[in-house]
Amino acid sequence: MSEPATKTMNMIEAINSALDVMLAKDPEVVIMGEDVGYFGGVFRATAGLQKKHGKTRVFDTPISECGIIGVGVGMAAYGLRPVPEIQFADYIYPGLDQLVSEAARMRYRSANDFICPMTVRSPFGGGIFGGQTHSQSPESLFTHVCGIKTVIPATPYDAKGLLIAAIEDNDPVVFFEPKRIYNGPFSGYYDRPVEPWSKHDGSAVPEGYYRIDLGKAAVVREGEAVTVLTYGTMVHVVKAVVAEYGIDAEIIDLRTLLPLDIETIEASVKKTGRCMVVHEATRTSGFGAELAAQVQERCFYHLEAPIERVTGFDTPYPHSLEWAYFPGPVRLARAFDKIMKD
Amino acid sequence: MATTPAKKSVSKKASVSEDAARANRERPTEPKPYKATKEELLKFYRDMLLIRRFEEKAGQLYGLGLIGGFCHLYIGQEAVAIGLQSALTPGKDSVITGYRDHGHMLAYGIDPNLIMAELTGRAAGISRGKGGSMHMFSTEHKFYGGHGIVGAQVSLGAGLAFGHKYSNDGGVCLAYFGDGASNQGQVYESFNMAELWKLPIIFVIENNQYAMGTSVNRASSEDQLYRRGESFRIPGIQVDGMDILAVRGAAEVALDWVRSGKGPVLLEMKTYRYRGHSMSDPAKYRSRDEVQSVRDNSDPIEGCKAYLADLGVGEDELKAIEKEIRKIVNESADFAEASPEPDLSELYTDVLVEQY
Repeated sequence: MSEPATKTMNMIEAINSALDVMLAKDPEVVIMGEDVGYFGGVFRATAGLQKKHGKTRVFDTPISECGIIGVGVGMAAYGLRPVPEIQFADYIYPGLDQLVSEAARMRYRSANDFICPMTVRSPFGGGIFGGQTHSQSPESLFTHVCGIKTVIPATPYDAKGLLIAAIEDNDPVVFFEPKRIYNGPFSGYYDRPVEPWSKHDGSAVPEGYYRIDLGKAAVVREGEAVTVLTYGTMVHVVKAVVAEYGIDAEIIDLRTLLPLDIETIEASVKKTGRCMVVHEATRTSGFGAELAAQVQERCFYHLEAPIERVTGFDTPYPHSLEWAYFPGPVRLARAFDKIMKD
Repeated sequence: MATTPAKKSVSKKASVSEDAARANRERPTEPKPYKATKEELLKFYRDMLLIRRFEEKAGQLYGLGLIGGFCHLYIGQEAVAIGLQSALTPGKDSVITGYRDHGHMLAYGIDPNLIMAELTGRAAGISRGKGGSMHMFSTEHKFYGGHGIVGAQVSLGAGLAFGHKYSNDGGVCLAYFGDGASNQGQVYESFNMAELWKLPIIFVIENNQYAMGTSVNRASSEDQLYRRGESFRIPGIQVDGMDILAVRGAAEVALDWVRSGKGPVLLEMKTYRYRGHSMSDPAKYRSRDEVQSVRDNSDPIEGCKAYLADLGVGEDELKAIEKEIRKIVNESADFAEASPEPDLSELYTDVLVEQY
């Protein structure tokens, strides 16, 4: 059997392709959201899908996030596979009640009679001067809610495979897309030219159907000195810093925050003896806190240094001073220094 | 496709009496075009022109990379902010709005230098550069922001109105939101409470026809948005938002109603934005002809010019105003560019009352 045809895609194109594939494959899949139909989405993730699959499959909603997610839960309980888009993760809060109290509880409260196979897609994260209402990383709010899966891809290839798996999953999934890397992997060196996805391995994307199972992390760089746990945009920032300073780090892209691939993490930390956690989200009660807790539960006697966290500051996302806020190369380099000395 | 606001017909079509017959309760009187003095009209012209030129400058600075991120221009909608807010008292009456907030701030007499410095993320900005285009405030003027989440400011407006009533300060709240925001659930929760408690609030829907790329009739089952408050017994009035005198006339009626303790009122301003939703919007969901036709037939500033001509105001006088405005706007840009970015220590300020 020959290799399936691949195409160079950026992350937007890969997401668009995943949606296209699933619309064609499964008549129960419907896509809805603000400006996703006629306009094709503010980030163009749904461009052309309404034209190709029709207005009953891909359609615009009013600006009503609570309603979008609530209606999605009803559709999913009925047996459809809705894929609502929340235009920015920062807009998801009006729908939080529906996600927490309805979507996440459907299976449990109905004793498995009803399920909620809904995938909420939403661009998240900073690095685009969006200020406090267009830059947030609220993933740990969702991992804290039992009954929801939380997925964050870091490459076009992963984005497509994970999104297909999320849509096929029989539980609600929050699928956060790191918008800073939609068009190219961001190194964190904001003053350097932007690299396109075409120069990155992760941009070779099969045109047809494939899936990457949820709950499986990816070791994106093998190393011996320190394990770095990260996801989304920060995968690329960590890679760039590690290359810049010649650090023999093992970098793990979590890909799915919940369910968490703790086995891969455990094996790596036991090998390196050091663990660093990196995310854009604010520090206190961030997902890094959970990772640090689980790593010390399993690897305490293997650790040669305290677990280091490099995160956003505990403040709202500022409009100005974005690069001081962003946990970029300077803070990462300092953290590597510290963890390797300890 | 959305219909463009026709200059004269829109306010006529909005029939208050038709709703009155159905509702069988007291209604505000039908608004009449405001009878402005020459001085008032000249001020309207000047203030609208300030918004227009300020926004054009903001657009340029965005193009030059001096403004980053999100920037939503108010060009085309000037008559709404000026017509309404010229009837209010800054510092007594409160104003709250969404993300398209530059015009509402200028209309309340807030220093253009501080606004431009905020847009460019400078320390001298009104939120010290940390708020940006969508998140600006002025306690002195009772301007309560500048909110980046669509519709969220409407409930806050009801709270502000509660404050006015509770402290009996004689003020009213003017809460702006768009045709897109009018589909958010919390707007209706706020309507209910505002009417139930007879709060002094004027809800203003700035219907510029497009919620980002979605035209109002593709997103709203009742696209006559002035009716949106009727099931809460909030009287609604549709107004030609491109006509400064129609807007000010509606403001008078609404203020009479609200100040006399009769509870909230809803004004639907039929207006139009000439630019995209934000700077990154190519606006492919509407035709150039549509935009041009509004510019040609309904421009609020040109309309005001025509009223001024009727009063015998000549081009020379208007040119002098234009010159003054350009100077103010250029100075605001210079001020912004000359101001430094906030100090790094500002990252951790103003999160909680204590610095931590």
